[in-house]
Amino acid sequence: MINLKAGAPTVPLAEQWSSYKAGCKLVNPNNKRKLDIIVVGTGLAGASAAATLGQLGYNVKAFCYQDTPRRAHSIAAQGGINAAKNYQNDGDNVFRLFYDTVKGGDYRARESNVYRLASISPEIIDLCVAQGVPFAREYGGLLANRSFGGTQVSRTFYARGQTGQQLLIGAYSALSRQIAEGAVKLYNRRDILDVVLVDGKARGVIARNLVTGEIERHAAHAVVLATGGYGNVFYLSTNAMGSNVTPAWSAYKKGALFANPCFTQIHPTCIPVHGEFQSKLTLMSESLRNDGRIWVPLDKEDVEKLRQKKIQPEDIPESKRDYYLERRYPAFGNLVPRDVASRAAKERCDAGYGVSSTGLAVYLDFSDAINRLGREAIAARYGNLFQMYEQIVADNPYKTPMMIYPAVHYTMGGLWVDYELMTTVPGLYAIGECNFSDHGANRLGASALMQGLADGYFVLPYTISGYLSGEIHTPPISTSLPEFEAAVKSVSERLAGLKNSSGKESVDHFHRKLGKIMWEYCGMSRNEAGLQKALSLIEELKAEFAADVRIPGGLKEYNPELEKAWRVQDFIELGELMVRDALQRKESCGGHFREEYQTPDGEALRNDDEFAFVGAWEYKGVGSAPALTKEELQFEAVIPSQRSYK
Amino acid sequence: MIFTLKIWRQKDAADKGGLVTYNVDDISPDSSFFEMLDQLNQHLIAQGVDPVSFDHDCREGICGTCSLYINGRPHGPLKGTTTCQLHMRSFRNGETIFVEPWRCGAFPVIKDLIVDRSAFDRIIQAGGYVSVNSGGIPDANTIPVPKSDSDASFDAAACIGCGACVASCPNASAMLFVSAKVSHLALLPQGRIEAARRVQNMVATMDSLGFGNCSNAYACEAECPKEISVTNIARMNREFLAAKLFAEKEKQISVSL
Repeated sequence: MINLKAGAPTVPLAEQWSSYKAGCKLVNPNNKRKLDIIVVGTGLAGASAAATLGQLGYNVKAFCYQDTPRRAHSIAAQGGINAAKNYQNDGDNVFRLFYDTVKGGDYRARESNVYRLASISPEIIDLCVAQGVPFAREYGGLLANRSFGGTQVSRTFYARGQTGQQLLIGAYSALSRQIAEGAVKLYNRRDILDVVLVDGKARGVIARNLVTGEIERHAAHAVVLATGGYGNVFYLSTNAMGSNVTPAWSAYKKGALFANPCFTQIHPTCIPVHGEFQSKLTLMSESLRNDGRIWVPLDKEDVEKLRQKKIQPEDIPESKRDYYLERRYPAFGNLVPRDVASRAAKERCDAGYGVSSTGLAVYLDFSDAINRLGREAIAARYGNLFQMYEQIVADNPYKTPMMIYPAVHYTMGGLWVDYELMTTVPGLYAIGECNFSDHGANRLGASALMQGLADGYFVLPYTISGYLSGEIHTPPISTSLPEFEAAVKSVSERLAGLKNSSGKESVDHFHRKLGKIMWEYCGMSRNEAGLQKALSLIEELKAEFAADVRIPGGLKEYNPELEKAWRVQDFIELGELMVRDALQRKESCGGHFREEYQTPDGEALRNDDEFAFVGAWEYKGVGSAPALTKEELQFEAVIPSQRSYK
Repeated sequence: MIFTLKIWRQKDAADKGGLVTYNVDDISPDSSFFEMLDQLNQHLIAQGVDPVSFDHDCREGICGTCSLYINGRPHGPLKGTTTCQLHMRSFRNGETIFVEPWRCGAFPVIKDLIVDRSAFDRIIQAGGYVSVNSGGIPDANTIPVPKSDSDASFDAAACIGCGACVASCPNASAMLFVSAKVSHLALLPQGRIEAARRVQNMVATMDSLGFGNCSNAYACEAECPKEISVTNIARMNREFLAAKLFAEKEKQISVSL
């Protein structure tokens, strides 16, 4: 069994990062030129890492499956980015951001990493402003903030409802500058299908050129995965259609441990599902909960009338509305963390109070805020979100309440990394959503952008130098090594196998099936029997996929069905691991709610005595069960308590 | 709903390509345009036919991956909407819909409806950034920025780089895209420092990549899914002229010294 050590400096929490930086080994500029680094993914984490490593003088190769780095799915983040700037003088500081993040993560995050994240957060804002990110400002010319779920201070910086896009354009422009200077070479429209290890160290990747179908070998002294989350395992999620787990999954199969895969975040405010052919879910930013009030009717008669469209939500008087979050959680009201808000919506809908024709929706109502602040002020805050909603649903949220329902949004689990963001494979790093480290069992709003940029701009560039300082005598890695030959062979064989399958069903058919299994049995709430059932259903699905998938087109051409087939095959295997992880975690925490473990009033019941650990899984080969290794979590600064937002 | 689709099929860049007719039925009015194409593709796969390739990713109108001329208009009939945010309720039941890739020399077709827009990346690489490194940055509130400037900068920065402006322009000009980036940075004090250099380099690169010039047709503004204003083009022209004049003056000064 692998012994998992985070390896943070053994000094008080607040001094760890400065102590690390003071002691970490550096690589001198002449040697940096001789070192190659591969960065996979060009979202906030990948683009910022590639740009910074290029700026430092390393030779960087950046890969993305999109046609340009600027389209990575970080772009879709709407609400904002947290930073402990305390510009509002409302009592914020690094410790409070750290505390909120650990508490919000339901005490399943590693304190040392979270503290570092919080302490770096102010620098991120400084850098982004210097890059020309047009954050919202006050009339005095200084930066504006807003509040967000799970916190009692206003520390979120935002750019209307497009914060992710603006931050990504900042990172993309920094990356473009390095590309222009020749420090970074960009490979777009590439899928990374395997990670290559030489003598136990990560030394390269196997890529498929999505346009030509060519299989390419790329070698480097270190490999950085910034490939995002795996929410598309649920088929329907707020992730982009192309978001996938493939590079991380190939790393897992090469020996990198996969941590807490069952920790998935269900976002409370998404547009409800309309029908069978729906291809993805659209998120409405959580920031809407700042000014919107969530409710369902108090009486089932009103519910019925609403579903039959006999009355409009506006027709229901105040006294007949159940503002259930404000009722259950008076202190935080509509701003409770995501997992709490999602489960509460499900609870009301399961109890038969859901609105919309499907019965799977609750109202998010802005009428109070519009009366209080005026339509203009609301338009300035959420204009584009309202517009987006109207385009999709054909309803005007200024006049009638929005309908929302929870949807899979973010995955807290990911490749296990140590304090230096290195996986259990030497020279292989995982940053951003791709790793597991900072959000525990539940991520707070506006923290994903913070983590992606912290990892890419400010953490990895330091920590990777420690590893690379030991590689300065390693000449460029040859792509003719037998390890590369073997990887190309296995990739080509798997592709050919997919291509030659002679079934009848499309890839989407299997993906949709997988999604239903995962949503039903490993979604917002889970139980032993359901999870056991999911295991056998997934086993069946694997066999069905192998026997019955049909992939038109050839190997050496642009073939989106082939791309999807590879990704879905990986998702099916990942789904199984998620279920195993959910089975072993006999407690409820954050995004993982086991029905057997709840308080009498339906709140999550954590078990700190037995489950205050990171569950990291080790691949043991085809047909063998993966092995669980535990990293025990130590809490020095924050004493775990039942999260209370009441 | 039922539709007749006339879709451009082209095997690869070398293929001549042509329109192929397909019929789809049982389409929900709440389906997005891509969900309708997904349904078509499911039928094609069942018949063993190569499905229609098209670019798409976020399907929520922000990544800028999607494109398509729909009945001759970039991103279809609705104003301020990307193709992925277009729903079938915007079409008449039984309507014939023409679907084609964007046509512009600088955006060659890769396959079917997919074009190569990497020319945009090259324009950004020519100067669409502020040259700052990730270290030693002063506090974000050190330089106050008037809210109106910041808002105007945001309006320009809302460009998603989809290329609809080029696709709609009779000259295949990229002026709206380039001017949005020039404006985004020129309106902020952080971007002013390199403004003159930036606009000259980006315009020169744009010209070298085969994009046409602007002749004030304003089709770009009309078709832009993010409703980027043509005033950005005016601002870019002003920036460009000022930069050129200033460059001349600088040259004279250095000669006279």
